[in-house]
Amino acid sequence: MTVLTAAPSALDTGDTAWLLTSAALVLLMAPGLALFYGGMVRAKSVLNMMMMTFGSLAVVLVLWTLVGYSLAFGNDVGGGLLGNPLQHLGLGDLMAPSSNGSSHVPVLLYAVFQGLFAVITGALVSGAIADRARFGAWMVFVAVWTVVVYAPVAHWVFDAGSPGHPGGWLVHQVGLIDFAGGTVVEVASGASALALALVLGRRIGFGKDPMRPHNLTLVMVGAGLLWFGWFGFNAGSALAADQDAVIVFTTTLVAGAAGTLGWLAVERFRDGHATSLGAASGMVAGLVAITPSCASLSPLGAIVLGAAAGVVCAFAVGLKHRLGYDDSLDVVGVHMVGGIVGTLGIGLLATAGAPTGVNGLLYGGGPGQLGRQAVGVVTVMVYAFVVSGILGLAVDKVMGFRVHRDDEVGGIDLAVHAETAYDLHALVTGRTVPHGTLRSLTHSGENR
Amino acid sequence: MKLVTAVIKPHMFQEVREALDALGINGMTVSEASGHGRQRGHTEVYRGAEYEVDLVPKLRLEVLADDREAADVVRVIADSARTGRIGDGKVWVMPVESVLRVRTGELDDAAI
Repeated sequence: MTVLTAAPSALDTGDTAWLLTSAALVLLMAPGLALFYGGMVRAKSVLNMMMMTFGSLAVVLVLWTLVGYSLAFGNDVGGGLLGNPLQHLGLGDLMAPSSNGSSHVPVLLYAVFQGLFAVITGALVSGAIADRARFGAWMVFVAVWTVVVYAPVAHWVFDAGSPGHPGGWLVHQVGLIDFAGGTVVEVASGASALALALVLGRRIGFGKDPMRPHNLTLVMVGAGLLWFGWFGFNAGSALAADQDAVIVFTTTLVAGAAGTLGWLAVERFRDGHATSLGAASGMVAGLVAITPSCASLSPLGAIVLGAAAGVVCAFAVGLKHRLGYDDSLDVVGVHMVGGIVGTLGIGLLATAGAPTGVNGLLYGGGPGQLGRQAVGVVTVMVYAFVVSGILGLAVDKVMGFRVHRDDEVGGIDLAVHAETAYDLHALVTGRTVPHGTLRSLTHSGENR
Repeated sequence: MKLVTAVIKPHMFQEVREALDALGINGMTVSEASGHGRQRGHTEVYRGAEYEVDLVPKLRLEVLADDREAADVVRVIADSARTGRIGDGKVWVMPVESVLRVRTGELDDAAI
């Protein structure tokens, strides 16, 4: 992540325009994720899956505005562990131009851009608990999680500090390179997902009943939107419309392509078929891996890393069947494992010719950076897993995290939201028999 | 009178119907069904996890025939529904006690 510095500079409208666009692109990842995840669950729970993403969008943005941004990017209050929670409370202080006269882009824009990162990260976690989480419990979880897991980790990794103010300990003291969130977004969401999958337990019928995706068309559309939005995620993190952003754009592009090929190659040789779900998954795996490393690799390095992530993640998604935990939509196998591949990959494949200017082990840089990357991965993984586990258990204890058995079997959409995603009755029968009876109208003025 | 019931591959229906028309069979009842025979269904793979889909879509075809026609109906269905590949289906014949045409009240052979 490029850092906003306190060095005096005039507002750059070109950079601001690109960051506004990037923020909108990252926002598009939320409905993209909703489609990607929604298509992968069974027809009876697609709405609940999508609602967990849309719910995250709503509650995380509010929490981020209130206190999240301050905790992540406020001046450090000790040891590089946390930002001052009161500094930008409600973001009101960022409205006046005088408060950001030191930056080439408005700090308020940077704050909401970062808030959208928090949204996606929180929503990613929900993929692990598809089909069985109560919506209200999820909303409470993701709200608190944003404050106690995401914001501190974002401070450690993304806040490089400013003159007179030390930043987060991983970026400032350890020297971790994580341009757009391999640890903050991918490893943190994956480790949290694993913790939550263990807290909630397996879906009824896991390992026995077929739980195949109900609509792969939605999955493909969602994956496409994610890739599109990912350019805002990565190239937007350059915070400028410059050569660095172009390099990041390029590495993001080719890593997604290489990830697709890597996953499909595994499927073709292992299972005999290259599948559409594999193409979408491999693309996401490549993009996950390039997220931390997009400013550290050459385009060729990005191809190698993306393909490696596609291959490794294709094998990693089988872990849940072997180890017996039910991470429904493979958040661990794709995001945590892909995030680890990408973050550690910097230590191997980074080239000094890229914007971050560091050589990895294979480019003669020695093992130092690889070690620094490993410290980042391990600490974020352990912290996110432990705190999310405790939080998940607390929510379960206080309000119950899992729906009733009957509701899980019958369909969580109907039980929790009083809706069903599809009414195909008319298609099949020509609606000769009414599917239901209109009992009453909510508003007396309707239907006149 | 006999009831000839056939479970066939959905995409073979058009050929079966044309063959029955050629035989002079006027009426039939068709419904969607699902099931499997000895070979069961097929395998689908999602992210490396294999799912055995053992209830595959079929069409169930029912034809009422008099005793003389029944054997021809069975033969025609069997010939026209055959692809030679797994899952071509089955045809079976059951005795029918009585038949009534609702519109006219005709009974048995006259009602077929």
